[in-house]
Amino acid sequence: MSAFWLLVIILALAVLGFVLGRARALASVGGDRRKLHSLPSFYGYNVAMLALVPALLVLCLWVILQPIVIHASVAGAIPETHYESSGQLNLVMSDVARVAEGLDEMVRQNVMTREGIAALDADSTDLRAQLAQVGVALGGEVSPTILSAAQALRARSETGTLALTVVVLIIAAGGFLFALRSSTGDFRARNRVESGVKLLLIGAASLAILTTIGIVLSLVFNTINFFGMFPMTDFLFGTVWSPEGRGGSEHLGILPLLWGTLYISLVALLVAVPIGLFAAIYLAEYAGKTTRAVAKPLLEVLAGIPTIVYGLFALTVVGPMLVGVFGADGLGWMQGARSVMTAGLVMGIMLIPFVSSLSDDIINAVPQTMRDGSYGLGATQSETVRQVVLPAALPGIVGAVLLAASRAIGETMIVVMGAGAAARLDLNPFAAMTTVTAKIVSQLTGDSDFASPEALVAFALGMTLFILTLGLNVLALYIVRKYREQYE
Amino acid sequence: MQDIKITAKNVQVHYGDTHAIKDVSVDIQDNTVTAFIGPSGCGKSTFLRCLNRMNDTIDICRVDGDIRLDGEDIYDKRVDPVQLRAKVGMVFQKPNPFPKSIYDNIAYGPRIHGLARNKADLDEIVEKSLRRGAIWDEVKDRLHAPGTGLSGGQQQRLCIARAIATEPEVLLMDEPCSALDPIATAQVEELIDELRQNFSVVIVTHSMQQAARVSQKTAFFHLGNLVEYGETDRIFTNPTDPRTESYITGRIG
Ligand SMILES: Nc1ncnc2c1ncn2[C@@H]1O[C@H](COP(=O)(O)OP(=O)(O)OP(=O)(O)O)[C@@H](O)[C@H]1O
Ligand SMILES: [Mg+2]
Repeated sequence: MSAFWLLVIILALAVLGFVLGRARALASVGGDRRKLHSLPSFYGYNVAMLALVPALLVLCLWVILQPIVIHASVAGAIPETHYESSGQLNLVMSDVARVAEGLDEMVRQNVMTREGIAALDADSTDLRAQLAQVGVALGGEVSPTILSAAQALRARSETGTLALTVVVLIIAAGGFLFALRSSTGDFRARNRVESGVKLLLIGAASLAILTTIGIVLSLVFNTINFFGMFPMTDFLFGTVWSPEGRGGSEHLGILPLLWGTLYISLVALLVAVPIGLFAAIYLAEYAGKTTRAVAKPLLEVLAGIPTIVYGLFALTVVGPMLVGVFGADGLGWMQGARSVMTAGLVMGIMLIPFVSSLSDDIINAVPQTMRDGSYGLGATQSETVRQVVLPAALPGIVGAVLLAASRAIGETMIVVMGAGAAARLDLNPFAAMTTVTAKIVSQLTGDSDFASPEALVAFALGMTLFILTLGLNVLALYIVRKYREQYE
Repeated sequence: MQDIKITAKNVQVHYGDTHAIKDVSVDIQDNTVTAFIGPSGCGKSTFLRCLNRMNDTIDICRVDGDIRLDGEDIYDKRVDPVQLRAKVGMVFQKPNPFPKSIYDNIAYGPRIHGLARNKADLDEIVEKSLRRGAIWDEVKDRLHAPGTGLSGGQQQRLCIARAIATEPEVLLMDEPCSALDPIATAQVEELIDELRQNFSVVIVTHSMQQAARVSQKTAFFHLGNLVEYGETDRIFTNPTDPRTESYITGRIG
């Protein structure tokens, strides 16, 4: 039976369980619901829950694990003479899977019976032609090893599915009967359902956390893997980035990339922080209701623009404009449209709404009584803002700036389009440079071998970024939280 | 007969559609302590805030009528509310120290108004204000600790000290003793009495005894109306309006 029908059956069982559980509980007290420990529907939920949840869990796990287990066991049975590397084994196994799929198709179209398939033998039949007839095209002749592996794969899958059906149905029925039997008047169904709900929530939370941990672990392991092939000190302290050389001659020093990242982020923050902060002060302290109602959403529209559009803007508008002033015709500092300045300016524009809307919220959170105190002493509005409101909001604003910084560090598209791809250590803000994120993209696009240091370096770069932004975020959250406590 | 410091005529205050002050006229004398009493929500704070235009900071608040300080209309277009508030200081109902050190809290007003010629001057102003605010002994060893770290009552005295540091001509105090113990209350009342030598003080209070102790004039507000205004002694011994009488004897409020 397929997983889908199994699912339908256990769902139906759960619905039935709800109705029966409720009815049985009511019957046990002669229909007087006041004598029940819990509301009648809790008894129903309890039965439905026990019938559904354990069976569903087993079903999910089984469906995920079965192919992995069977695949591994079949792959283990293929003689080592048929492959040299793990890559070749993968190729063989994909052939096996394809043939197995074809055999399934033949059964479905009644070209052959199950027994017929089990008895097939590669030398006597032209399997490739037969498979082609049912619509499964193969690249080459089917060798006896592949055929027998495919037969094994099919056989084991079938047994597995049968076992799955039996096990799931037994679990569902077991839960159903167990819960139904306990559905009597003094059973605390409400408490049981409550703990069920709690488990469900815990499950959701742990799934989210586990995924994160999984991602971090994969970063960590691949980074370790990379450092196995490439010396860590060369990576961390190398000042040259030129991955094209094959073998030992390549240079994968992160410093030029890190420098580019920090330089561009710095330019971006120099643009975004003053403008964003002043905009926030204006909106929070000076603007009237109507101005605010119009200006704030408008500013936030900026935050909704996809970064690729900013990238376009950098490449087609800002870059050429800068070249006009600082390029060969002007001051002569700039070679092409792509530069730290181009990317930094545009990224700064992108970050303005980020800084302004966070700061605006924080400034608004400063209690009005504080402003009153200042006005009451005869201070002007700007004195009040400068000496009372901003100091009170400062920790929060610092938090906002740090969050903006971690956005800037992680930004990719604007850099790819606005700053170029040249990794270099240079002080000239009009020179093309590149960042960690942009290099991760370029290392993994194109036809690179995923096991080579050139590709694996992407993980080390990602890890570096991750640590950098994580540090900034933690710092920002710490500061913001400290600030919150002050007014509570 | 003392000079009149503030004259208010036919003052109306609206918060949006709420009519909070209804046609109030009152003369506040110089070198006098005037007490505003009345049940909660009757508009004492609102009227007090009209006297230094603090209501300007509330969008929905509208003030009509005529209020004069030393004969000059304070709602006139030519009057700078900032200048006005330097002359008419205010202590708020809720203590609101700035998130700065105790020293900087007090020095805030003198600094923005340029009252001190040098650091020593400023130190002196700070010490004098803190002493008058009856809090010097408690904070003299931690002048550079944050003002927000003080207890509620200490914050209230800090705010009083902060208000008198700018040497206003009129001091408006909105329940300045609501969080103070009897000792600090007595000190603040002493301060109020002392301030009377040079300034005019308006104090909002919920304590009848306090009004009787510190004030020379008392105004009784009820539901936005000024019910009765006159010599404190007379109001407390011989009120003319039955509402005043029931309030001070504790039957309404
Ligand atoms: N900012 C405001 N917005 C709208 N209505 C307000 C505002 N401030 C006060 N009011 C209203 O004005 C009226 C008078 O309030 P006010 O604060 O002056 O009372 P009060 O006499 O000081 O009371 P309490 O003794 O409790 O401090 C109340 O009905 C109140 O609801
Ligand atoms: Mg009040």
